[in-house]
Parts: sequence; structure tokens; C-alpha cells
Amino acid sequence: MAEFEPQIVAFCCNWCTYAAADLAGTSRVHYPPNVTIVRVMCSSMVNPIYVLKAFEGGADGVLVAGCHHTDCHYIDGPVKCDATVDKLRKVLHVLGLEDERLRRELVAASEGVVFARIIKEMVEQLKKIGPSPFKVKTEALA
Amino acid sequence: MNLEDIIQETKTYYCLECGKCTSICPVARYDSSFSPRLMIENALLGFGDELLLSKELFSCLTCYTCQQECPSDIDFPIFVRKARSMAQDNGQHGVCAHSGQLQSLARLMTSPAIKQKRLEWLSKEYRVSENSDVLLWVGCAPYFAPIFEDIEFNALDITKASLKTLNLLGIEPRLLANEKCCGHDALWTGDIETFKKLAEYNAAQIKEAGVKKIVFSCPEGYRTFKLDYPNYVDLGCEVQHISEFLAEKIGENGMKFKEIKKKVTYQDPCRLGRHLGVYEAPRKVLKSIPGIELVEMKHSGLESICCGTSAFTNCDSYSNMLRAERLCEATETGAELLITACPKCQTHFRCAMTDKGKEHRSTSKIEIMDLANLVANAIE
Repeated sequence: MAEFEPQIVAFCCNWCTYAAADLAGTSRVHYPPNVTIVRVMCSSMVNPIYVLKAFEGGADGVLVAGCHHTDCHYIDGPVKCDATVDKLRKVLHVLGLEDERLRRELVAASEGVVFARIIKEMVEQLKKIGPSPFKVKTEALA
Repeated sequence: MNLEDIIQETKTYYCLECGKCTSICPVARYDSSFSPRLMIENALLGFGDELLLSKELFSCLTCYTCQQECPSDIDFPIFVRKARSMAQDNGQHGVCAHSGQLQSLARLMTSPAIKQKRLEWLSKEYRVSENSDVLLWVGCAPYFAPIFEDIEFNALDITKASLKTLNLLGIEPRLLANEKCCGHDALWTGDIETFKKLAEYNAAQIKEAGVKKIVFSCPEGYRTFKLDYPNYVDLGCEVQHISEFLAEKIGENGMKFKEIKKKVTYQDPCRLGRHLGVYEAPRKVLKSIPGIELVEMKHSGLESICCGTSAFTNCDSYSNMLRAERLCEATETGAELLITACPKCQTHFRCAMTDKGKEHRSTSKIEIMDLANLVANAIE
């Protein structure tokens, strides 16, 4: 049986993390291809429903990444995003989802290497804990 | 299912076009574009798309106020529910409160592989038993607790109070570690497939547990189990709302209340009141507590006004105005405490009182408490 390849949905802020992912590419830093990046204007616009929908659609992990607290293009985006993710984490905990499946990171535009490292780490962790429990439903439907 | 079938099933063709539904509808009072009569007429005259594509379809509170006045006894809420499921089939998911998070959680819960951690709040002070005949339905409270923490509402307090009350009455109820959403919200937003899956799972769990009675602290769950589950699954046990359960126990040995000096008013949740006709039980419980003076609002019982949103569908400024009006009515009675018997009523009222971002924020301030909490405080 082929090794389990986790699918990650990454919500990346336009100004920092998306640029960091771009930098990782242009600098030829290798990272696993298991990630689907969704560009958002600010990490604070990530509504909990985006993350829930990603899990509904069969994502094994979701990354919400944006600027550092002092770098935000919109002043206090990361603060709002932190609050959203914290709340969502509590909800997903009740649902019995492992904490590792939802990750919140701060990656600046210059940190292409950091972005690659985070994706690598996340893929390794997800390989260890296995497929998302919500996948059972989606695979049965397909 | 097409619109013709829905018309036949709900006997909408009896409509006399009298417009009483629209004149009494709480939503139509604020939202002039919302009209139950027009929605029915669109369906009858063959303008199905007008009905199915309109945002109004998801604005209906399904509160059953309209049916009270309808001379033809048309079941408008069921008509809306069926029309919503048709809209869902056509890819119209409607506008849902909280961006549809709660509906999404219900869909996620249908996965057979999840192992929920829904009983982590259960501490040693509460007694539960694996062999009990009585099951306390926890429902969505563990999910509501984190979602609504910023409006200072912990739905688990209601569950805890219900459990404490049962314990004090000498009952050690059973709790299900992996119970799933009852499917109320999914059903009323028209997502029948999700509802069926949840109902089948829950019915199987309950049968396996072999309980004789399920007690609910949430009228929405109670309604779903009592009226909707029998259409899909067989439960094989009795269901009861906590207020009915308590009303039966009043006067029995061991049930004594200490005095609480308070003037209170009571909000009839639409699911408990008009859907199931339970008006007396909560009032009987309130009146049996010494010191409690119950004053009724301008609209109460059969005429009571909904809290403004149901099944977490469309929640807009009109819903907020509706809530503001209801809270005004509550404060006008001079009561210091508004008692509800539904966690969702409490969520919506608290939201209206704390939400700072909205134009039509309610300015009335009144303390809100669930019936179960009051009883848990009063019981000796």
C-alpha cells in the first residue's frame, strides 16, 4: 500500500506568508507538494467556516499563516486571527480532532525557508497521526 | 421532490389568500419584503424559482405563529422546510448565521470515525450512571460553549444545572459519550441527508444504551426527537423536556425549594410552545418556587414572539430588531429576570444585548437565565 500522503490546505496572507511561499519557490527551497495554498488578503479574514469547509472537503490539516504581529498590513489582523483560531481549536477539540491538524503560524515575507520548514514539519506530523477522521465520509461518497 | 409534491403534501392549495399569516408574522412586521402569503402564492401560481431563489426562504423563523391564525390550517413552516430542502438540492444553501459554522459542524459529525471529547466538562461533583433508565441529552452545549464565549454565555451551565437538579432528585442519569447533533439545524435548513445520517446514528446509540426516557434541556432537540425522528427512525423510548420532567416531580417527596425573591418573566421558546404545546409545565415549575413572582409579557403563551433566529439560518438586522422588541417587552413587565427554557433563545438575546457592532443593538438590559439554572439554584 502506498504511503499515506496528507493533504494540507494553507490559508496564506497576501502580504507575508504568500510572499514567503513564493520566495521559497524562487529560491529553490524544497518542500513537500502536499499543500494547497489559498491566498487571502489578511489572515484575519479567515472565517472559521473556511477551515471547517476544508476539513469537510477532506483536508488532513489546515494551516493559517500570516504576518508577524508588528508587520500587519492592516494593523491588527494577526490579533484577530489568533482569536479566531483559538476559538476554533476549542470547537475542533470537542469534535475530537487532534490539535496538530490546525496550525497557526507567523511567517514574514522574507522567511521562505521558514515556510518550507513548517510545511515539512506538518507533513511529517500528519503522516504520523494518519488521515483525518472526516475523510471516511468523503471517501465513501466519492 | 418538486414544488407540486410539496403543495400536495402540505395542502398549501387550501390557501384563501387572506393574508392573515403575513399580518401576524413577526418577520414581516420589520422586513416588508417578507411575506408568507406571497411565498405560497408564488408556489401556487407556478413561480417556483421566485420562491426558491429568494433570500426570504431562509428568513422564515418557522415559529408557527402564522399557523395559529390560518383559517385553512396550512402548515407553513413545514412548507418552508420542504422548499428549503428543494432549494438545497438546487445548490441554494441560503444565508446562515455564523457563516454556517453550526451546520458545517453537524455535517462533520456525520463521519463515523470521529471520537468526540464532549464530556470533558463532567466533574466529580456530578453523578452519572451507566445503567440508568434516564438519559440526559447534552446536545450541542459543548460546542456552543467555545463558540459563544464572547457573548458571555456558557451553554454548558444549563446542562450542568439540569444534571445537578436530576442528581438532587436522586436520579443519576446516563450521558452518551459520543452522541451526535440531533440534526435540528440541518433539517430546518433543508439538509435532509445529513439529518437522516445523524438520526440513524443517534437512534442506534440510544437503542444500544437501552434507556426508557430521554430528558432534554433544549426544546429544539426535544422537538426533533419527538416529532421528526419517528418519521425516519424508531427510538423506542419516551422523550421529555426538563420542565415537564420537573413539573411531574413537584410535590413528590424530596423536592423542596428554598425561597428566591424575584420578579421574573418567561419567554416561551417557539419549539416548546407552539411546536409542542408545552406552556404550562415551565410556568408550573416557576410558580412552585416560593418568592418567585411570574409576570407575563404583552405577548405570551400562544402569541409569544420568537427570539429572532431559529436553526441558525438567516440572522439579519430585522432579526435583531425583533429581539430588541422582545427584550423591551421583557423589561416593560418590570421583571428583573428573564427566564427561558431554550439555550438558543438565550444565545440570541445575549447576543443582541452584547453585540456592539450592529446598528440596531438592543438597549434593554435584563438578566437572562435558563429555567434549569433557576431550579438548580432554588432546590434544596
